[in-house]
Amino acid sequence: MTYIPHTEKDRKEMLAAVGVDSLDDLYDAIPENVRFPDLDLPEPISEMEVAQELQALSEANLEVFHTSCFLGAGAYNHFIPSVVDHTLRRNEFYTAYTPYQPEISQGTLQAIFEYQSLMIQLTGMDVSNASHYDGATALAEAVILALNHHRGKRNKIVISPAVHPHYRQVVRTYTQGMGLAITGDEKCETEPEDLMKMLDEDTALVAVQYPDFFGNITDLSALGEAAQASGALFCVVVNPLALGMLVPPGDFGADIVVGDGQPLGISLSYGGPTVGIFTTKDKYVRKMAGRLVGETVDSRGQRGYVLTLTPREQHIRRDRATSNICSNQGLLALASAVYLSVVGKQGLRKVAELCYHKAHYAAERIDALKGFTLWNKHPFFHEFVVKCPRPVAEINERLLEWDILGGYDLSQEYPDLKDHMLIAVTEVIAKEEIDDLVAALEEVSND
Amino acid sequence: MECPKDLKYTESDEWVRVEGNIGTTGITDYAQDQLSDIVYVETSTPVGESLQKGEPHSAVESVKAAADVNMPISGVITEINENLADTPELVNTDPYGEAWMVKFEISDPSELDDLMDAAAYEKFSEEREH
Repeated sequence: MTYIPHTEKDRKEMLAAVGVDSLDDLYDAIPENVRFPDLDLPEPISEMEVAQELQALSEANLEVFHTSCFLGAGAYNHFIPSVVDHTLRRNEFYTAYTPYQPEISQGTLQAIFEYQSLMIQLTGMDVSNASHYDGATALAEAVILALNHHRGKRNKIVISPAVHPHYRQVVRTYTQGMGLAITGDEKCETEPEDLMKMLDEDTALVAVQYPDFFGNITDLSALGEAAQASGALFCVVVNPLALGMLVPPGDFGADIVVGDGQPLGISLSYGGPTVGIFTTKDKYVRKMAGRLVGETVDSRGQRGYVLTLTPREQHIRRDRATSNICSNQGLLALASAVYLSVVGKQGLRKVAELCYHKAHYAAERIDALKGFTLWNKHPFFHEFVVKCPRPVAEINERLLEWDILGGYDLSQEYPDLKDHMLIAVTEVIAKEEIDDLVAALEEVSND
Repeated sequence: MECPKDLKYTESDEWVRVEGNIGTTGITDYAQDQLSDIVYVETSTPVGESLQKGEPHSAVESVKAAADVNMPISGVITEINENLADTPELVNTDPYGEAWMVKFEISDPSELDDLMDAAAYEKFSEEREH
C-alpha cells in the first residue's frame, strides 16, 4: 500500500479550517518548556546487543517456571502440551482477526464449531457461542441476556460475593447507567440459601461461581429451583477444568454457564488474554451475544460450516441488537479446543483429580500448622483459604526467599478476610514443593 | 402487492383487522416481500400484557434482516399464533391470513382513526419505492 503523507497544502488547509496560523499554535495550551523535552536516550546499539539486553531483562522476571506457584484466584498454572502452541502457531490460524467468510475459512469455522461442541459437553448445556474475551465479559453478557429476556421489566441482579471480584466489577461497569440493582455480594460469607431469599419478581438473574472464588463446591440445585420458581435466570460461572470431575451445571438447572477458558491450555501471560466461555439453553439462543458457528451442507451436499443465526447481531439488527459483540477470541478458543482434544475425557478428569488431591494434601498439612487454619466449610476443588497468623503480604514477601509464589491476599478485595490467603494447587506442583511451602510457612510464622 | 380493503395499516408495515373489540395484527405483504424468506418469528409478549401503540410484540427474522413488529394500536394481548414458531414461512405465503401474529383487546378504538386504509397504504408504499 502506498503511504501518502499530507502535503504542505493539505496542512495549510487544515490549519485554516481550525483557525490557526501554524502547527506551533496548536500546542499553545502546553507550556513551552515541556513541549519538546530532551529525551535522555542511550546511544544506538546493534540488534545483538538489544537482544542481549532484552534477554537480561526477561530473566529478571520471576515466573512460574522458576518458582513454585501457589497463586490462582482465576488464573492457574497448568501444564500445556506442546501440541497446543504448535497448532496455534500454524499460519492458517495465526491471524490478527478471526476470518468468518465461509468461502475461505472452513478450517477456522470448523475449529470454532468443535470448540463450541466441546463446551456444551463440558457444561451440559445446549448451545455455546464462539467465545468472548474472557470470563468476566462472558458473565456481563449473561446479565445482558437476562435483562433482554425479561424485556427490561426486571431490573435486579443477585450475585454471590464468591463470584470473582473482578467479574463483579466488570458486570457493574457494563451495566452502569442502566438503573440496575446489583445485590447479594455485600458480605463475604453469603451462602446459596441466603441468595435464595433475595430472589423476587424483579430479579432478572442470579449468578454464582462453581467452584466459587474461595474454592468451595456447594450444592446449587436448590438455588436453581428457586430461581426457576421466581422466573429469574440462573447463571453459573465455572472453572471448566473442574468440570472434568464435577457435575455439570446443566444437570442442576443452569440457564447460562460462563467461565474463563484459561485453565484449558492457555498460558498465564501476565494475566491475559484468555477466552470467555458462554453456553446456554436453546430457548435463549436468539438473545445470546457473539458469533455462533453452525454445521450445514453446501449446494453439492458436502459438509460445511457457516455463521448461524446472525440476525441476532448488530450488523443486521442494528440498534435493536442486544449486544455489540461481533467477534470472538478465536486463537485462544482454538487453544482450549486443542487442549481438550489432546487430554481427552479421561485425561481432563485425571488433571482435575490431581489438582484436587494435591490441594487437599496441602490444605491438610497447612491446617495442622500452628497459627494457620483452613477457612473453607464446604468441600473444595484445587483452591482453599487459610487464615494466617500475619498479614498475607508479609508472608508472601518472605516466601519469595524460598522461590515460592504465595497465595492471593484476600484482604485486597474482602476487608472481612484480613490475613486470609487463597492458595491454589495445580497438577504441576510436586509433593516436595508442597512440603517446602509448609516448611516455609512454619518458619515464617515463628519469626 | 396485496392490500385487503377491510384492514387498516401502519407506517411501520403492520395491518390490523377489527372484529368487535378484538384486533388481529401481523405484517403486510409489502413487508414480507421486502424482508424476503422469513426464517423465524418470536412473540415475546405474554397473553394478558398491555402494550401501547407502537410497542413491539414480536420480532421476525429473514435470511437478510431482522425487524420488530409493533402494536398498530394499544391493547391487551389475548392470543398468540403459536404456529408461526414452527412454520415462519407462513408470513411469506399468507401474511394476512394464517400468519396473523397476535390478537388483542382494543384499548382505545379512536386510535384506529390515525391508521391508513388500503388505498392510502398502497400509495404510501409505492412512494417509498422511489
